[in-house]
Amino acid sequence: MQSKRTVFPNKVLPYMLLLPQMAVTVVFFLWPAGQTLLSSFQRQDPFGLKTTFVWFDNYTRLFKDPHYVGSLGATAVFSIATAVVSIGMALILALAVDRMVRSARVYTTLIVWPYAVAPAVAGVLWWFMFNPTIGIFAFLIRKAGYDWNHTLHSTDAMILIVLAASWKQVSYNFLFFVAGLQAIPASLKEAAAIDGAGPLKRFWTIIFPLLSPTTFFLLVINVVYAMFDTFGIIDATTQGGPAQSTNILVYKVYEDGFIGLNLGSSAAQSALLMIIVIALTVVQFRFVERQVQY
Amino acid sequence: MVENRPILDFICHLILIVGVAIVVFPVYLAVIASTHGAFDFMSGLIPMLPGDQAIANYSTMLGTGISTSGTPPFLPMMLNSLLMALGVAVGKIAISILSAFAIVYFRFPFRALAFWLIFITLMLPVEVRIMPTFKVVSDLGLLNSYGGLIMPLIASATATFLFRQFFLTVPDELLEAARVDSAGPMKFFWDILVPLSRTNMAALFVILFVLGWNQYLWPLLVTTDPRYYTVVMGIKRMAAVADSYPQWNLVMAGVVLALVPPVLVVIFMQRLFIKGLVETEK
Amino acid sequence: MASIELKGVGKTYAGAVRAVEGVDLAIGDGELVVLVGPSGCGKSTLLRMIAGLETITDGTISIGGKVVNKEEPAERDIAMVFQNYALYPHMSVRQNLEYGLKNRGTPRPEIDSRVAEAARILEIAPFLDRRPRQLSGGQRQRVAMGRAIVRQPKAFLFDEPLSNLDAKLRGQMRVEIRTLQRRLKTTSVYVTHDQLEAMTLADRLVVMNAGHIEQVGTPTELYDRPQTLFVAGFIGSPPMNFIDVADLSSDNLTHVQAGAPGAKTIGIRPDGLTTTANPQAIRLETTVALIEPVGAESHIHVRWQNRMVVAQMHGRPGFAEGEAVTLYADPGSIHRFAADGRRIG
Repeated sequence: MQSKRTVFPNKVLPYMLLLPQMAVTVVFFLWPAGQTLLSSFQRQDPFGLKTTFVWFDNYTRLFKDPHYVGSLGATAVFSIATAVVSIGMALILALAVDRMVRSARVYTTLIVWPYAVAPAVAGVLWWFMFNPTIGIFAFLIRKAGYDWNHTLHSTDAMILIVLAASWKQVSYNFLFFVAGLQAIPASLKEAAAIDGAGPLKRFWTIIFPLLSPTTFFLLVINVVYAMFDTFGIIDATTQGGPAQSTNILVYKVYEDGFIGLNLGSSAAQSALLMIIVIALTVVQFRFVERQVQY
Repeated sequence: MVENRPILDFICHLILIVGVAIVVFPVYLAVIASTHGAFDFMSGLIPMLPGDQAIANYSTMLGTGISTSGTPPFLPMMLNSLLMALGVAVGKIAISILSAFAIVYFRFPFRALAFWLIFITLMLPVEVRIMPTFKVVSDLGLLNSYGGLIMPLIASATATFLFRQFFLTVPDELLEAARVDSAGPMKFFWDILVPLSRTNMAALFVILFVLGWNQYLWPLLVTTDPRYYTVVMGIKRMAAVADSYPQWNLVMAGVVLALVPPVLVVIFMQRLFIKGLVETEK
Repeated sequence: MASIELKGVGKTYAGAVRAVEGVDLAIGDGELVVLVGPSGCGKSTLLRMIAGLETITDGTISIGGKVVNKEEPAERDIAMVFQNYALYPHMSVRQNLEYGLKNRGTPRPEIDSRVAEAARILEIAPFLDRRPRQLSGGQRQRVAMGRAIVRQPKAFLFDEPLSNLDAKLRGQMRVEIRTLQRRLKTTSVYVTHDQLEAMTLADRLVVMNAGHIEQVGTPTELYDRPQTLFVAGFIGSPPMNFIDVADLSSDNLTHVQAGAPGAKTIGIRPDGLTTTANPQAIRLETTVALIEPVGAESHIHVRWQNRMVVAQMHGRPGFAEGEAVTLYADPGSIHRFAADGRRIG
């Protein structure tokens, strides 16, 4: 691993410097993660008096549990839909801003700030607009002939959380697309224009292919975001309902652990989430590696 | 710009204006709602123009809160959020820059191990280890304390990597010159490295402040005493009850109070914010 | 000020890579010694070992009669000028100059007078309150020198200090460094890969190759009597022509062996070749391939037995490219080397 050509000769000091980070890491990360793994192989009796080692029983139960399988499906739909909506919208806005000269900065400022809004607050905002009794959109949709009610209809609930989650994530994707577009040499676009390619053709033949590393990177990041950073949105809007239709994995872990007090199952779910994070991190880092070689 | 096409420019402006409208609308609505009296919502339709109850609503929220839903006044909650955001940001920056300094400027046994242990934290978000982490915090007696709110969140692989990356670009000769100039490790750290890292620290601070302010699940778990509630969890508590007891004007005033500080930080430190965002994501 | 002595100094990196081995060198008080050699020859490593920035795995280094192997750079009381200047970018020029003195607890009035003196000598007084990034390359170089001067150390160590400058400024700074060193009489070790810089600066030159010393001597000694093939080829521009003795005709061979028997290779400096016929000289029948006019002189590249030989002549010789020319080399001016590369005679 890289370090400096010459280094300080101190033997003890580096450990002292690392101590705070290591202490926090061990106490609040490694130890709890180990506990999670351990209890995912155990089961407690209903009174919490006796724990037995049950091997993979918690895991096999999970995969037989229609609620868990449903949660996997909901998570997949939610994260892919969120990624597609927010990436798509961000790309269109970034392309438009890329043509602007003087107004680019103003537009950028107006677009990026939702990044700073807490997921839970974003949830409340969208829930307010779609609230069946008072929400303005719920009202307009009803006027248009559809009975919007996200507390009763699963599809409505899913659409609501996708919208809230995407709204918050557009700013992030937008910034990366703007950076990606700026990295494309102007001479390339000019050469294509001289070759007779119109704006639309230039986009599909030159710009989009060159943006594909950025797009792929954002896809991974957005899936991670939708899977792990949206607890607040779910808790503020649907709380997993109706009928568990928006009960994504992180929300279910919390519910089963803290509300349902089903420790073994919650731990097994956490362990599975861990595997998903590790897989996504590996994908992300391998991609970064390739980008460096590129 | 490649060619001059006024129609295309017009379309682009149109797209951006629509985009900005979509982005702004939810907050606009919240601001409007927060300026009306409680009865303006009875008709079932939200007013679209500002009302005249802004001062009343905001002073109620800041000073007394909504007692019926057990929400404390917002001013102390906002102070808690501020403390938590500052604690998380400063704590993360401090322990990360020290670790990065150790990893880059020293060679010692288990250096690689330390690096990998820090790396692993990247793969263990709170959601993956909530129950046992909660138990650790509770065993340490940190429930309902600022320590409990802040400490479990201040390990940071990304911040450590950012500083490590930056340190690797600092010329080796600077360290050598400092050693020849009789500067020991900590003197070099304070006199040379910290001043050189200022921009990186500021950029990171913006991102981490927002992150700390917006924490939701963690404060929800470790605080049961209203004195330690943060504003984001306060909002949610209030909104949950509001459905049966609709004080929309007050809920939305609370929402605005919860989102304004981090949004202002991002807007006023936009350059640093963009730098921090783009660089912390590898 | 002090002398520096190296005894059997060596450096082996983990993985058994030998960067420097068996270096014996005594540098006198006030002397300017230049370490020169191709990149990777170990000259920078050796300098950094003297500075205390690299550990010493074999032998001892003493400064001013005291063994410093285990001492920190700061304790050795040396000052160093780096290739990229290594100025602290966030400090003003004045703060850069003061930093080392402050760390040593030098009293404030003394710091001020030393900084003022260095600024006067180096003519950087007008820039004292600027940041390094606001200075030109030459000015930064002066500040880096100033940082060394204010310390009044036992020795200056220069690590290729001029290689980031353009050619013209490099020539100018070379003269300044030489003048300054003569005036301050501070023992100095100077590393460069540029043999012209080495020749013009050095009291004594140390030519290094593959981690060991090839030869130590004054610039003229090294030019006139290179002790090894490597030194012969490294010092001098254009470089010495080497001819395998086996390729010489029998009458040429007699001239060569008259000087010393057993030579495997002979070396002829480009300025040792003339067109003046001389029956006692070594004769090379050549064809002119290319003529490079270089100011007052010309470099004539000729083809001899399928290899290129360079001759250096004054003025503009009247050859045409492709013309056959006979070149003569006086046996007294040629260098003879044995099969192991050592000089004979």
